Amino acid sequence: MIQELHFPWLETGILLPLAGAGICACLTDSVRAQKVAIFVAGLTLLLAVGEWLDFSMVGSFEAHDHWDLAQRLTGRDNILVIDELSAPLPALSAMLFLLTILSTLRTKLDRFSMSLTLFSESIVLATLSCHDPWLLIVLLSLAVLPPWIELVRRGVSPRIFLIHMGAFIVLLVAGRLLLGDAASGGQASALSATLLTVAALLRAGVVPVHCWMTDLLENATFGTAILFLTPMTGAFAVMHLVLPVVPVWAIRSIAILSLITAVYSAGMALVQTDARRFFCYLFLSHSSLVLSGLELVNVIGMTGALCVWISVGLSLTGFGLTIRAVESRIGRISLDRFHGMYEHTPTLAGLFLLTGLASIGFPGTIGFVGMELLIEGCVEVYPLVGLSLVLASALNGISILRAWFRIFTGVPLQSSVSLKSQFAERFAVVLLALLILGGGLWPQPGVASRHHAAKSLMDLRHQRAGLAVKSASVVEHGDGTSNSETQP
Amino acid sequence: MLTFAGTLVVLSPAVLVALFGISTLLRTTVGETVYSRCTAAAVSTGLAAAVWILVAMLLTDDRQVEVNLGDWVRIPAAAEHHAGEPPGSGAGVSPQISDEPHFHFTMKFMFDRLSIPFVIMTYVLCGVISAFASRYLHRDGGFQRFFLFLSFFLLGMILSSAAGTIETLFFGWELVGLSSALLVAFFHDRRGPVVNGLRVWSIYRLADAAFLIGAMSLHHLSGSGDFSGLAGQGVWPEGRVDVPQQSVLLVGCLFLFAAAGKSALVPFSGWLPRAMEGPTPSSAVFYGALSVHLGAFLLLRISPLLDRSPVLSGLVVMLGAVTCVFAAMAARVQSDIKSSLAFASLIQVSIIVMEIGLGFRYLPLVHIIGHACLRTLQLVRAPSLLKDYNSMINALGGVAEHRSAIEQSRYQRMYRFAMNRGNLDSILDEFVVRPFTAVLLWSDRMERRWTNWLSGENK
Repeated sequence: MIQELHFPWLETGILLPLAGAGICACLTDSVRAQKVAIFVAGLTLLLAVGEWLDFSMVGSFEAHDHWDLAQRLTGRDNILVIDELSAPLPALSAMLFLLTILSTLRTKLDRFSMSLTLFSESIVLATLSCHDPWLLIVLLSLAVLPPWIELVRRGVSPRIFLIHMGAFIVLLVAGRLLLGDAASGGQASALSATLLTVAALLRAGVVPVHCWMTDLLENATFGTAILFLTPMTGAFAVMHLVLPVVPVWAIRSIAILSLITAVYSAGMALVQTDARRFFCYLFLSHSSLVLSGLELVNVIGMTGALCVWISVGLSLTGFGLTIRAVESRIGRISLDRFHGMYEHTPTLAGLFLLTGLASIGFPGTIGFVGMELLIEGCVEVYPLVGLSLVLASALNGISILRAWFRIFTGVPLQSSVSLKSQFAERFAVVLLALLILGGGLWPQPGVASRHHAAKSLMDLRHQRAGLAVKSASVVEHGDGTSNSETQP
Repeated sequence: MLTFAGTLVVLSPAVLVALFGISTLLRTTVGETVYSRCTAAAVSTGLAAAVWILVAMLLTDDRQVEVNLGDWVRIPAAAEHHAGEPPGSGAGVSPQISDEPHFHFTMKFMFDRLSIPFVIMTYVLCGVISAFASRYLHRDGGFQRFFLFLSFFLLGMILSSAAGTIETLFFGWELVGLSSALLVAFFHDRRGPVVNGLRVWSIYRLADAAFLIGAMSLHHLSGSGDFSGLAGQGVWPEGRVDVPQQSVLLVGCLFLFAAAGKSALVPFSGWLPRAMEGPTPSSAVFYGALSVHLGAFLLLRISPLLDRSPVLSGLVVMLGAVTCVFAAMAARVQSDIKSSLAFASLIQVSIIVMEIGLGFRYLPLVHIIGHACLRTLQLVRAPSLLKDYNSMINALGGVAEHRSAIEQSRYQRMYRFAMNRGNLDSILDEFVVRPFTAVLLWSDRMERRWTNWLSGENK
């Protein structure tokens, strides 16, 4: 029997942006639509924070909504549940949506749809609270719609995005269907595990099936692409749909490929000449670091991965918003020349550097302790993996400063209009900067919370693995074979 | 009282960073005088506290004062499953929490015969340079930016010097690296300083990676990131480390790599003259005095490892000797004063490294202090060197004729080698950077072709 929250935070938080999306879709004035979206996203953030605080007070591993509407409608238990792992994620995602909407300049309102953004927010929040595998698959499929619609509206080919996302959904559905009895606590067959593993690799953008990410970032609006990627719902889906049921070889495959992706993407970020592609590889490198850490078999490494998850979400969103702000002034940013933006936007220059360095775990920022823990955990289990993490981090550091130099230094750009950053843009990125520095200077509460979540997850994994061993043993005894090879 | 003084040593530059950082973030219009006075106040406070600790240590004959500010991050231990265990073996068993910390990042500072001279030297030289820079950069557009970076550098140096744990040393080490790179690119409307700043940063990042791996490995081998734990029973420099021989060599080589990057030893020497693109005050304090000695400081701090491995000590001596010969040749042919001083610094740093490898501990420390003070003076006087030189020529009555004892053709070859700075940068570019980027650029082209084919578009 899981605990109950004191208010239907989860459901209200999901329905509110959905309603907001409907209202924005009816509005023809894009400025008014933005105001409505800011109001709705702000309220949603308050609800998400309230949910997190309420969950902390409840003090249990899992909790569901008060008056659980989803349960009443479907007759099934625990569809929308908040747990130790996901507790801060809705608040983080709600904040990312609010800040992205807030920092959208009026000149970009025609391209950046507020109704689709609020719809995405609703889907993301539902995904992060969903514990029902089939509903989770439906939500992950629905999340594909807003970027797809936007790509079509912009007149660019959505083929790459659709091929990858379509394959992801098909493989996930097939893998879950083939799971059969294993879905309720056992381990998957080889075919089912393979399908689920490939699905996980596709959604996480692991090399070599990562091209949809570069395509999305190059062709969609930057805001939409950031909001599709940075909440890292793919990693969440892998945690809930794939890792609990696939055998050790599949987990190791995902971990090794994630690690290769982290180093490869860090290297690729170094040679990019387009700022969006650079951001894509930087994000890919970091999200792969998180994914490889989540598959570690020790609590320290997993705590690190969960901390890095939060820090990467915060810092790379801030980083992306800064690039977006610069892009809205000078158009697509080419990194093969110097743009000299420092004189126009010194605040953005500072925040670009801060958020970029935070993402690589620079001392004094929120990512520092998380990265230390992740490396520490890796070195303990697989020393070579630890080395690769450090290498990826070093390369990312070089590429971030390279991009900073290319965008902000050089002969000052001559402009007949003011290119200074707007208050809303500064507010968005300064808020993120304060969180990054606050989390960096006072890391204990965040680390303790993530450590608790990691410990509970490890317990859960071991319990499931124990069940799998037990059921395998029963089956093999029934067949008259020895159980001496049932140890994974 | 000593704990209070130790806290003050670390806290004063941290407060300075916070003040300048907030001011920059909020874009407040704070005048030059405020910046200079704040820096002077922070430096004076920190210096007074450091001298206080030194006096107290001398009076009480206490050779090591530890200031433990507590655990910054602490994760309690749990009886968790390890990699080798079958997952099923722990099914249904809840981990037991014990009071023993499993991971802890302790904010611990150590004042001993190594750190106290370094801390005092840092405060004195940063104080002198900030006073010099407040006039040198008067009405320069980047005045505030310079002082912000200087405050980061000061904090980084103090954290590195007084670090009681290897993690704290890494914290400071990274801050020094970032502030150095940004100050090299200080005049950022020109391409040269920016390109050189990025090169310095790249070398630093690789050195930092080696440092981090070394630190993590040491953590596992010694079971502690504490320098007092690493040094065993004794205080610096008499500590003895209890780590297996082969591991000592591996970890030591990683730290040597990190020190080589930070102190511009061969093959990373190319960045030192490039770093002189920054404003003269920062060149003086960073590459003439403090930052360039940080590698030597690291080697002194991990001297128990060197004592344990003669092979490692031999490598240190060898690296110092090679760098010394290279720097001596390069220094003789430089055509600008700052590059000339950069290589002159490198000669001294490499001699210091050799001294460390040969087993000396106090001699390199004294050498560092003397060299840092002299080089700071030379670099801040560099702009008026021409006047000094002319005065000297007038006093001598002419330039003495230069005669070489070396055969002409060999002399020319050596001259070219020295003039090209041993082609170190070209070698690194040709054999490390170029193949690496070539592979990545090829991958990028293949990816683009693949996405074009998939999308049916031809971009």
